[in-house]
Amino acid sequence: MSILVWTWTLVSITFFLYIAIALYARSTSTSDFYAADRSLHPILNGMATGADWMSAASFLSMAGLISFMGRDGSMYLMGWTGGYVLLAMLVAPYLRKYGRYTVPEFIGDRYCSQFAKLLAVLCAILISFTYIAGQMRGVGIVFSRFLEVPINTGVVIGMFVVFFYAVIGGMKGITYTQVAQYCILIVAYMIPAVFISIMLTGNPVPFFGIGSSISPEGASMLGDSSAQGRHLLAVLNDLHTDLGFAEFTSGVRPKIDVLFVVIALMLGTAGLPHVIIRFFTVPRIRDARASAGWALIFIVLLYASAPAVAVFARTNFITSIHEVPYEQAPDWFKSGEQTGLIAWVDKNGDGRIQYGPGAAIVGKPKQTGHTGAFGQQLVKNIHTDNANEIYVDRDIIVLANPEIAALPNWVVALVAAGGLAAAMSTAAGLLLVIASAISHDLIKGVLMPSISETGELLWARCAAAGAVVVAGLFGIFPLGFVAQVVAFAFGLAASSFFPVIVMGIFSKRVNVYGAFSGMLAGILFTTIYIGYFTLFNPAANTPDNWWFGISPEGIGSVGMLINFSLLILVSRFTPAPPIDIQEKVKNLRYPVDRDRGETRISSKARRIY
Amino acid sequence: MDREQQLHSYWKKTLTYIFILLSIWFTVSCLFGVIFVEQLDRFSLFGFPLGFWFANQGSLFIFCLLIFIYVRLMNRLDQKYDVYED
Repeated sequence: MSILVWTWTLVSITFFLYIAIALYARSTSTSDFYAADRSLHPILNGMATGADWMSAASFLSMAGLISFMGRDGSMYLMGWTGGYVLLAMLVAPYLRKYGRYTVPEFIGDRYCSQFAKLLAVLCAILISFTYIAGQMRGVGIVFSRFLEVPINTGVVIGMFVVFFYAVIGGMKGITYTQVAQYCILIVAYMIPAVFISIMLTGNPVPFFGIGSSISPEGASMLGDSSAQGRHLLAVLNDLHTDLGFAEFTSGVRPKIDVLFVVIALMLGTAGLPHVIIRFFTVPRIRDARASAGWALIFIVLLYASAPAVAVFARTNFITSIHEVPYEQAPDWFKSGEQTGLIAWVDKNGDGRIQYGPGAAIVGKPKQTGHTGAFGQQLVKNIHTDNANEIYVDRDIIVLANPEIAALPNWVVALVAAGGLAAAMSTAAGLLLVIASAISHDLIKGVLMPSISETGELLWARCAAAGAVVVAGLFGIFPLGFVAQVVAFAFGLAASSFFPVIVMGIFSKRVNVYGAFSGMLAGILFTTIYIGYFTLFNPAANTPDNWWFGISPEGIGSVGMLINFSLLILVSRFTPAPPIDIQEKVKNLRYPVDRDRGETRISSKARRIY
Repeated sequence: MDREQQLHSYWKKTLTYIFILLSIWFTVSCLFGVIFVEQLDRFSLFGFPLGFWFANQGSLFIFCLLIFIYVRLMNRLDQKYDVYED
């Protein structure tokens, strides 16, 4: 079967599977809809969290990012995993004990203020929409690359499927689909990784393959017999130095910036509402702690393979194109040209491909529709004056992997299904945050406190449906700056939610004045800094203009520090919160007091697993 | 010791655990993986420069380990102070 037939078959099967699961596990109560009736096993919840967490960007772009950034790319790896340690120790068990459905609800109750709650609702919705826009676009892009349909049609198909299982299934349906989606995406990621690892180093485990030495087969694949027996990373470093790049294992980004980005991503992770609410779905406190661990294991499985994939692909990329005549370029190179992921401009007219540092052309390739003397796709872009002749999009690394490893067509199809699974599972988790922020916090919490459970459930479904449509529109009409403001979601979460949640648990003294001024200052500072460098004055976005050398991606850490300082300082000089709130905070600190006959955190918490 | 004090010392123990584990968390990622990465790169581990390994894989594996150590410690502590759930 051809790749296209395989892809359509596999994608259709997975879509039917998701819908079937959602129908089977549909929600019938608000507890189902918001928290899957708090009945999930921690391992199951960990898996669902993994799928929820790993987005289209993690699946398609992460390895490519590391491939082209070298060691600097590791800031994403550490940043996007380290947050789970904070979640497990500082956030998840305590919010689970608190026993409500949403993050704004906790903030509103802890600081006994409707204003703080509304501010939190606003942040939750803003963060989730920023994040979700990229996911729907991701669905469209996978469709257009693998299934040859226009991006917009892809977005609409994706919308229908997500609509179906998020609106009907609620948290319960989403969780079980996410478990299926995790399995699909991890298999799709690991198969090419394992095979390439075997081909290059003879070691079937990619984590270890990256540190192994090159096998005889690997040396012949790279076309360099002297590489045999040398460490893969050393060979890649030599290739890099020969071409004029910095060594792969060295970094070029300023240390201070890397540090602040890592911290912003870690703390942002621990403050993202769609991650936090996943811990509300388990029956016990100890399960909430354990599911953070399981989630991290499932995530690290993919994230620790990413540098391996990056190194394998990078080595193979350089050796198979540099100084190679265009006619002999590999197939993935030519199909990459068709989809605009790769462009070759023969600057010196020798018919051979030269690769080196710097951009080969200005901007993304715009094809003229004609082919040049060697059969290459010509582009309209202005050539730069360096020796590099290659434009390459980082997504090619994951997309071309199965082809590089000469794997059968169904593996390519599986990668497509995996990319879709990653994008849709994240989208669904975010939709739920938006739905619950509207139906539970806004409608039930503020506007119509006396609404019945059926009424609230209806509102929740309507809100989810509305959010799908808005997200789809973002996917069809992408705002130019969406890609740049994904960092914003993390910066915003780190500078708004993280401090008020953690201090709300660990300090009895912090009060509404501190929380309000801290959140507001943190958000404003972060928004203005990111907004200035990405929207209003993108030309100024260079290290020389950054404050203390901190990029917009890392500025959330500074916003977080501002929030923390104001929260503590202002609370100090204003009255302490009411005694009953202080008692409640004390209550969060232990699971149950058996001396008082408590054996479970709430009478409704059941163990079904 | 009355119950109030017991719960207080349970909380103190919890904070100690969190402090120790998060110090390790900070050391392997921010210190080993970012700040002292070049100094560590002089050593090598299974073909990796050590700092590069911490940044790309080591810290991730240690994060997982830290959470499971925390889960174990807390489950024991819950039993000891009689605050465990059924």
